Amino acid sequence: MDKERQKQAPIYTALERFRRQRVVPFDVPGHKRGRGNPELVQLLGERCVSIDVNSMKPLDNLCHPVSVIKEAEELAADAFGAANAFLMVGGTTSSVQGMVLSVCKPGDKIILPRNVHKSAINALVLCGATPVYIDPKVDKRLGIPLGMEVEDVRAAMEANPDAVAVFINNPTYYGICSDLKTLVKLAHEHNMLALVDEAHGTHLYFGPGLPCPAMKAGADMAAVSMHKSGGSLTQSSLLLLGPAMDAGYVSSVINLTQTTSASYLLMASLDISRRNLALRGAESFSRVVDMAEYARREINDIGGYYAYGSELINGGSIYDFDVTKLAVYTRGIGLTGIEVYDLLRDEYDIQVEFGDLSNMLAYISIGDRIQDIERLVGALADIKRLYSKPETNIFTSEYITPIVAATPQRAFYAEKECLPIEDTAGRICSEFVMCYPPGIPILAPGEVITKDIIDYIQFAMEKGCSMQGPASSDISHLYVLKE
Amino acid sequence: MQDMDLWFGELHTDNVKLSIRVEQQLFHGESEFQRIDVFDSPEFGRFLTSDGSVIFSEKDEFTYDEMIVHVPMAVHPNVRRVLVLGGGDGGVARELSQYDEIEVIDVVEPDKLFVDVCCKYFPDNACGLRDSRVRIFYEDGLKFLRTKSDDYDLIINDCTDPLGHAAGLFTKEFYGSCYKALHEDGIMVYQHGSPFYDEDEETCRAMHKRAYRSFPISRVYQAHIPTCPAGYWLFGFASKKYHPLKDFDAARWDARHIKTWYYSTHLHRGAFMLPRYVEELLEEEES
Repeated sequence: MDKERQKQAPIYTALERFRRQRVVPFDVPGHKRGRGNPELVQLLGERCVSIDVNSMKPLDNLCHPVSVIKEAEELAADAFGAANAFLMVGGTTSSVQGMVLSVCKPGDKIILPRNVHKSAINALVLCGATPVYIDPKVDKRLGIPLGMEVEDVRAAMEANPDAVAVFINNPTYYGICSDLKTLVKLAHEHNMLALVDEAHGTHLYFGPGLPCPAMKAGADMAAVSMHKSGGSLTQSSLLLLGPAMDAGYVSSVINLTQTTSASYLLMASLDISRRNLALRGAESFSRVVDMAEYARREINDIGGYYAYGSELINGGSIYDFDVTKLAVYTRGIGLTGIEVYDLLRDEYDIQVEFGDLSNMLAYISIGDRIQDIERLVGALADIKRLYSKPETNIFTSEYITPIVAATPQRAFYAEKECLPIEDTAGRICSEFVMCYPPGIPILAPGEVITKDIIDYIQFAMEKGCSMQGPASSDISHLYVLKE
Repeated sequence: MQDMDLWFGELHTDNVKLSIRVEQQLFHGESEFQRIDVFDSPEFGRFLTSDGSVIFSEKDEFTYDEMIVHVPMAVHPNVRRVLVLGGGDGGVARELSQYDEIEVIDVVEPDKLFVDVCCKYFPDNACGLRDSRVRIFYEDGLKFLRTKSDDYDLIINDCTDPLGHAAGLFTKEFYGSCYKALHEDGIMVYQHGSPFYDEDEETCRAMHKRAYRSFPISRVYQAHIPTCPAGYWLFGFASKKYHPLKDFDAARWDARHIKTWYYSTHLHRGAFMLPRYVEELLEEEES
């Protein structure tokens, strides 16, 4: 990374220059620097609306960048150690879509972890590829999905030598990392591409001592949620390419679904955040690590809670752990993560990222202060004092190997009918049936429903698992493909 | 020689400003928690500001130091161990040091710069910190409290700004931690803010709501403090056992012959008689 060059922020600089020129706008957007919408100015501020402008010569165009946006993308590529980078304005969903659509044609196979984000499955609906799923191992006590094990991926590659790519989720929401380097090497040995969903991993590129990021591991593409740990505005993201990828082709794929009026607020926020990360990221994230580790120690000292960290590392399904993630197992005080999440928000004015049946996750970032960490720890201690109950164990559902009979695309467009669940054996499902914990689908669109699966859904629900996805919320009915 | 037209200004709301003519600025410094400034003024004497808000002035600091100390001390019959949160200026410790039966005064102040500045520029207050019973902890108040259980007779939260760096000392977890840290007959008093302006009212309500739900007895009392918004300030009295009026022992306190400028046992009773609009907004939070 060229640190001197990283001091530049070309989009930001061009916008500042443009603002000073006081150009009279006879183009869109119609609010004309906010004059036509005073309430919007009051909400967002003059500076903000004055740079909400259209693509024009001095500001370049995201669809075919030639000047300042191109420079910003080159700087981003340099900062992240990628061959090419694209600024994305449709969220990391658009980056994930860009990855899948760039490598899969209709009928191609792609290897994915079963707990893959919905954006990847939706991309399969768009391109008509066939998924081959890997069982992410599960931590039975915590009830969370883990990473992909090398041997499982190798077996899937050998069974599906015609697959075009492997899709890796790294790190997971909970901070679990797979053995990225080995998985990438394995993919390349099998003539497959390695795509990495790094929605929760922007900081890995900058923080000292953090798990290996995708580009460093030699991956071919990575989707990076700059707006999560990177500090840019919500909905902004980056798509990174390794040297083997044809940037021109990827660009044309992105332009299939990308807006032709990309927001300069989003692009400028990516530009500034990239500069900030390149120049100060190491320092910022070492503070984030310190804060997260401090919070973990303090929370574990309260007793009852388990704020897990790198002690989970097992060389396989938990190859590495991203210590900036502060996930806390709450069953020890007899409360679900959702209950703790609600108490924190309703009683203590603290909003955490999410709660599931056994855990809650507090997102620690470059914007946090130690006094806020003290509030979180203090609130957890008070919740234990006031609301704790005897510890209860929960049932974590087993992995069920899916039988993919139709592509997600066919399942999406096919004619469907709704049947009582007991009559669906042998039919092809058109809905997701997600089971929590651990948040892994039992069925996905295009998969065969078997008698075993129906029995298992009922068994898991009796054991207290929560099923989500189907239109019928009590799972008494399922939509299936018409025969 | 003519006076310079030099004024300190503090917005009490977006539309109301307190201005104090300043003779000179004595100190400016920034810690990781706040910006601290010290000024000399003809009307209020020396005063200290944090992030641009007046924290105390020589002219009116006696009011809240007395009101936050003597009110609970005239109620609780046997205070041995006291915890002061914030209070790095020493004014509260100075008032406490007049009670011989007190054995321990723990002052928890996260910002060492604040204490250092007060020691240098406000020696009359800071002398309170030199009492041999005082122990200063440079720590976060919430963190300090987490490990304490059944430990104190009286907790005084001397932090004034629920939106600033001490925001953690105005939360439900804070009141819960205080409850836990107090003995079974313990009392906690705290700065309750000013109820007059709309933008302060919500904070004032939230504080009462939290204290009311955390302690069996939760009453509010008032004082007139010129540098506070609207010149009007409330204090909270949250208690596990003693009622601020029913268990108030005026004769016992008067027998101590403590010299005060604001507090008196007559005023003690009156301070709990609140204007109707304040009474109503507090009552709304009790339902």
